[in-house]
Amino acid sequence: MPQARDIASAIPGKAPAKIGADALFKWFTIIAALVVPIIMAGIFWELLSLSWLALKTFGWKFFISEAWNPVTQNFGAASSIFGTVVSTLIAMLLAVPMSIVIALFLVELAPPRISKVVGSLIELLAAIPSIIYGMWGLFVFAPFMATYVQPFLGQYLGFLPLFQGPPMGIGMLTAGIILAFMVLPFITAICRDVFALVPAVLKESGYGVGATTWEVTYKITIPYGVVGVLGGIFLGLGRALGETMAVTFVIGNSHRISASLFAPGNTIASALANEFAEATDPLFISSLIALGLVLFIFTFFVQVVSQLMLRRMYRGWSIKV
Amino acid sequence: MIPRPATGRRIVNLLVSVAASLAALSGIFILLWITLMLAYKGLPALNLGFFLNMPTPPMVPGGGLANAILGTLLLTVLATFMAVPIGLLSGICLGEFGQQSRLADFCRFTANVLTGMPSIIVGIFVYGLLVLTIGNFSGLAGAVALAIIMLPVVARTTEDMLRLVPDPLREAALAMGAPRWRVTLSIVFRAARTGIMTGILLGVARVSGETAPLLFTALNSPYMISSLFHPMPNLTVTIYNYAMSPYADWQQLAWGASLLITAAVLALNLLARFVFGEKKP
Repeated sequence: MPQARDIASAIPGKAPAKIGADALFKWFTIIAALVVPIIMAGIFWELLSLSWLALKTFGWKFFISEAWNPVTQNFGAASSIFGTVVSTLIAMLLAVPMSIVIALFLVELAPPRISKVVGSLIELLAAIPSIIYGMWGLFVFAPFMATYVQPFLGQYLGFLPLFQGPPMGIGMLTAGIILAFMVLPFITAICRDVFALVPAVLKESGYGVGATTWEVTYKITIPYGVVGVLGGIFLGLGRALGETMAVTFVIGNSHRISASLFAPGNTIASALANEFAEATDPLFISSLIALGLVLFIFTFFVQVVSQLMLRRMYRGWSIKV
Repeated sequence: MIPRPATGRRIVNLLVSVAASLAALSGIFILLWITLMLAYKGLPALNLGFFLNMPTPPMVPGGGLANAILGTLLLTVLATFMAVPIGLLSGICLGEFGQQSRLADFCRFTANVLTGMPSIIVGIFVYGLLVLTIGNFSGLAGAVALAIIMLPVVARTTEDMLRLVPDPLREAALAMGAPRWRVTLSIVFRAARTGIMTGILLGVARVSGETAPLLFTALNSPYMISSLFHPMPNLTVTIYNYAMSPYADWQQLAWGASLLITAAVLALNLLARFVFGEKKP
């Protein structure tokens, strides 16, 4: 606001030092604001330099090799990347439809008071720390899966290789289901905003020609807010990719690629959490951090896409975020 | 013109409505399942010794987590003191000076991306930055990692809350001859106080339950806190170690610690939500 400053400086008796203080204050805040981008660049640099040894030793084969053997010093990222993708896929397949219908419930179906309470409770799911999901998953949910869900799936869908093998409780499927409940609140929150922000005139014209609530939602609301819904989905995807402790507890931590969802596996984040403490050899540590680099690149792109979409949605509706 | 029969469409609509209600119920069900299970398994562990005693080897009765409780408190407080000043200042830059600037736009975008970064990545970063440089795992590194996770949350909430303050308030203060920094610190901040407190509380809640970054930085320790430059005992890593152990008494302590940390995090969230108003960050 340059005019205001000029007027202030024109007042007689006004110490010019105050103007200097203003500039100083502004620069101070700019330096503080630059801390975040500097950290971001620092993270990338640190990951790259710490994983350089592994990348130099194994070359591009690191990303497609299934090997993971600390004794023979042979490491590859394939099983961890596979596990990350599969567990995230299961989580998204469950969480996306659920989040969309929960948002529908909150915005269109429930009376305002119920909607408020239910919405708050769903948001609290996001507040529970990751490690608590892990404790509950390992000691409560995994035995439940082993006793009820997995034998049932094995009996009726056992002809698919996906559902074969002993029902151990821990494994890819259990991890995916827990992940789904962890990312659900993030996607629901965005979808709820999107649904609530669609102009009432559009919905009313749908109802006016006799459309049902569901028809208005999937023919008017979702197409209108599709960029926002996609942004929310990508936001949840980013969360699921990097979720660590809950997955570490229940996935079984085995560096093997298996067709069955009942089999134990591992993800990038779980391998890091599980093996870092026992890794003393430089090449082992470097390989683990190279996994971290892969995870960083994955989530970075997912987050950037998500932010661009959400920004486009809010800008399109002239809401500043 | 013959009207399309509505029965099929009504049935679809009914099915979707039922599915929507069930999905919402299942979310609440999971929340209740987790919290009730924590209470059921954790409450028996929470006696006076849990808060006052030091950890004991497995199968030795009378063990507590006094050191880990203190360690988690210390880590969270340190992280808050590091993240809040920088977060507030960068929030001011984004909200007060950077409405149209491209630099601010870039900072805002990076802050959003950093918020969504997996916390374990931040752990590796601080491991390379501090643990390798100093030479051993330390409480200081743990606090820095938590501060990095908290920083973008505080910065973005502060910005959002500053923007809600109406411009006439700023103009009135400027017209009285107050310099810009005073307008921001004593007028705008006061108006946005509750919202900013909410953001800080949510940031504290988010980091106090973090585990993954501490595995690479603060690690854990069965002893009393001696200095910031040594491994620091903390509740979350203790939960991880004890839960993975085969000893029933350690697992029992892990449940107690889980209950304690969840109660604290949920209390902070509810406090932010209800005491400091309904403004969402």
